[in-house]
Amino acid sequence: MQSSKEYVAVMQLHRKTNTEALKEVVSMFKGKIYQKPPVRSSVKRSLRVREVQDVEVLEYEYPYVLLRVSCEHGTYIRKLIHDIGDILGVGAHMRELRRIRAGPFKEDKDLVRMHELSEYVYLWRNKGDAEPLRKAIKPAEYIVSHLPKVIVSDVAVSAITYGADLAVPGISIIHERIRKGDTIAIFSLKGELVAIGIAQMHTEEALQTRKGVFAKTQRVVMNRGTYPPLWKKRY
Amino acid sequence: MNAYVGVWGNNSGVCLVEGVEFVRSLDMFGGVERSFVLIREFSTNCEYGKFPGNRSLEELLKFGVVNLDKPPGPTSHEVVAWVKKLLDVSKAGHGGTLESLT
Repeated sequence: MQSSKEYVAVMQLHRKTNTEALKEVVSMFKGKIYQKPPVRSSVKRSLRVREVQDVEVLEYEYPYVLLRVSCEHGTYIRKLIHDIGDILGVGAHMRELRRIRAGPFKEDKDLVRMHELSEYVYLWRNKGDAEPLRKAIKPAEYIVSHLPKVIVSDVAVSAITYGADLAVPGISIIHERIRKGDTIAIFSLKGELVAIGIAQMHTEEALQTRKGVFAKTQRVVMNRGTYPPLWKKRY
Repeated sequence: MNAYVGVWGNNSGVCLVEGVEFVRSLDMFGGVERSFVLIREFSTNCEYGKFPGNRSLEELLKFGVVNLDKPPGPTSHEVVAWVKKLLDVSKAGHGGTLESLT
């Protein structure tokens, strides 16, 4: 899932340092950083650049430091903490880690516990009450809720599911401030996710021009045949 | 922006939808602070497709998402396997592991 993440982590220092030095060093890790994935990792171990949008010390009580980090996908927090320890000159390792946000999903918004899910399944299967489970499962559209969006006509929906790119005349409603190159979510007028695309122009251009490709289709999500292929006919 | 779905004079299968409101609620959930601009009004045919809010449980099991709290202990992979068995679905995935320890 290529979206930003947010974590709370416990860092254990190997020797004492003062709060000022700690906070100063931690703030140095804001922005673009170089990381080599750890030995035990699921990706190729080559040096890569990752962006740390924010990192802050929530609490410090030696030897433990509570950190909050928001960063680009694929940033290794264990590595980040190790590197903070090195720069501080005292050494550190990660004690505990909890992800508090993945893309649009936050731990304080509609989080479902495993025992709750199993209870809802029990109610559905044994008591005939599907409502709790239905409420726990959100439409998959929520996965792209953090992306800029366009809403397109029925005809455009059908064409896109057959592999076409999104043309400007097919757009009904568009988010402001979309920039060329942005990953966008393409929706039907009924609010169904149709596809993920890459914008080929800014919103302003789409408002001015009447033709051209607004977005290249990157991944079609909706099944073909959900909407009839009206674009094949001529009116 | 008020009339975002046009009605084309006849009422044959013209479906006035809550779709746009649903997409706006996604913006709220995802923390997107952008306005929508109307380019062209279209109607949508209610014989095809379905408003996501009207999906049945069976449909949600095919195209839905759960913000699940994974406790420390089981791996993401193990939790996915558990969810598949619990819900009796063949396809399920997760949004990324914290750390892949062998």
